[in-house]
Amino acid sequence: MTDLTSPPPKRRWRPSLTWLGLLPFALFIALFLVMPTMKIVIGAFQRADGSFTFENIAGLFTASILSSYWISIKISVASSAIGCLIGFLMAAGMVLGGLPRGIRSPLMTFSGVASNFAGVPLAFAFLATLGPLGLVTMFLRTEFGINLRAMGFNILSFWGLTITYLFFQIPLMILIITPALDGLKREWREAASCLGASGAQYWRIVALPILFPTILGTFALLFANAFGAVATAIALTGSSLNIVPIMLFAQIRGDVLGNPHLGYAMAFGMILVTGLANVIYIWLRIRSERWLK
Amino acid sequence: MTKAASWAILLLGLTYFILPLVGMVEFSLSMRRGEYSFDAYAAVLADPQFRETFSYSVVMALLTIVFGILLVVPTAFWVRLKLPRLRPLVEFVTLLPLVIPAIVTVFGYIRLYNTSSWLPLTGTTFGTNLLLMFGYAMLSLPYMYRAVDTGLRTIDVATLTEAAQSLGAGWFTIIAKLILPNVLVAVLSGSFVTFAIVMGEFTMAALLNRPAFGPYLQLMGANKAYEPFALATIAFIITWACMGLIQLVTRFTKHDKAGR
Repeated sequence: MTDLTSPPPKRRWRPSLTWLGLLPFALFIALFLVMPTMKIVIGAFQRADGSFTFENIAGLFTASILSSYWISIKISVASSAIGCLIGFLMAAGMVLGGLPRGIRSPLMTFSGVASNFAGVPLAFAFLATLGPLGLVTMFLRTEFGINLRAMGFNILSFWGLTITYLFFQIPLMILIITPALDGLKREWREAASCLGASGAQYWRIVALPILFPTILGTFALLFANAFGAVATAIALTGSSLNIVPIMLFAQIRGDVLGNPHLGYAMAFGMILVTGLANVIYIWLRIRSERWLK
Repeated sequence: MTKAASWAILLLGLTYFILPLVGMVEFSLSMRRGEYSFDAYAAVLADPQFRETFSYSVVMALLTIVFGILLVVPTAFWVRLKLPRLRPLVEFVTLLPLVIPAIVTVFGYIRLYNTSSWLPLTGTTFGTNLLLMFGYAMLSLPYMYRAVDTGLRTIDVATLTEAAQSLGAGWFTIIAKLILPNVLVAVLSGSFVTFAIVMGEFTMAALLNRPAFGPYLQLMGANKAYEPFALATIAFIITWACMGLIQLVTRFTKHDKAGR
């Protein structure tokens, strides 16, 4: 026994070698993830000459930048709230609503594809559908005489962007919520109905409270997802809608704000918002796993 | 939920997903007035800039995949074998690219590796390409690492390694000839995701001024009428094909294992 447990002298130098195996990975992470991010964070608190300041952060609180954050947050909230709702209903219909089993596998595969189909092509798909000459726009005008434009709808707007973002938000919700819905045990429902609960009561008192952390966590994740989306927004609206990623993009390209360090502060603000949303997601995820194992 | 309500919401959802795709394809086919044709596709394929940017992105995707495999497989293997306590930490770190927006990371790259810095990667074309490849590897890290780590879970890493070592194999042989073939399916599905990501990526390539497919798409969108929709259709088919290949590869191995 003692031979097995007491370490031979060899062990003394072993730990250093073990760490060495992670060195390439650690170096890569340091150079291309941690250091660039730190550069932004530190730069947000620096003047051009490198001295410490809060001026850049204060500079964020000007009307144009504040309004860009506000529009970004509104679009992100709207697209994640609607995405959560529709994604939840679709997933619930698929898992609990008595739809044929055969629907599940194609829908999950499609969700995988659609949640990855963001960026420039997605913007084009929606331009071709809801743009001024789009399929749906023209169809509504010629068949029903409904002029979307005259009704105030514009694809290059808050609602246009929100509707477009839903294309990757809904599938992401379906992908995350389906396993959680699977985790709802049949016994809970039976127990509830044995005690005389109606379907609505079961959902309100049993199922939704259990699912709530997952739903709220996914909401946070979708929020971060929409907040950081750049390509779709730029391809769709050019620069006609001032949301944070577009402003930051323009700032990096050509210093449109007239102060390079204001760009650092904007990027820092983005990290703060998406970081916070993700912390909420992770925290709620851990909480929800307690029930759904 | 009643059955009728389930059907209604499903059909409504599917309509929302299918209409933009139909709209995109329909638009891409309607370059010739009054009839459907592949004119837009012909125009796109004839454009030398399309071929250049497309092949640039393909080459970058393949390089990113090779680099990603070289980085992720040994790391995931090593963590499982020797540093299991660090697994949550490494996993957390690999998920960070999902938290920090790509536009922020690439902003950091531009400031950190500019011509007057200690590592002037953006000073040369080769250096910028290299930087872009590292950026792509960073973007695909969450998917690549998860895929490989899941693959490693299905094999007994410790026993296999000990067996190989007692037969005299070195670390290189163990990883190249033992671990890699065993997690090949996982590596492949990670590679397909990486491919799809790199082919569609816009922000990093645009801000680093590299002639990739994503910025070309955006440029065409601003200047042409029908070609962008042909390009978008092509991009969608690529994404679809990559995801389809993942399904295919996974299914084949399942058959493989059941047959044994």
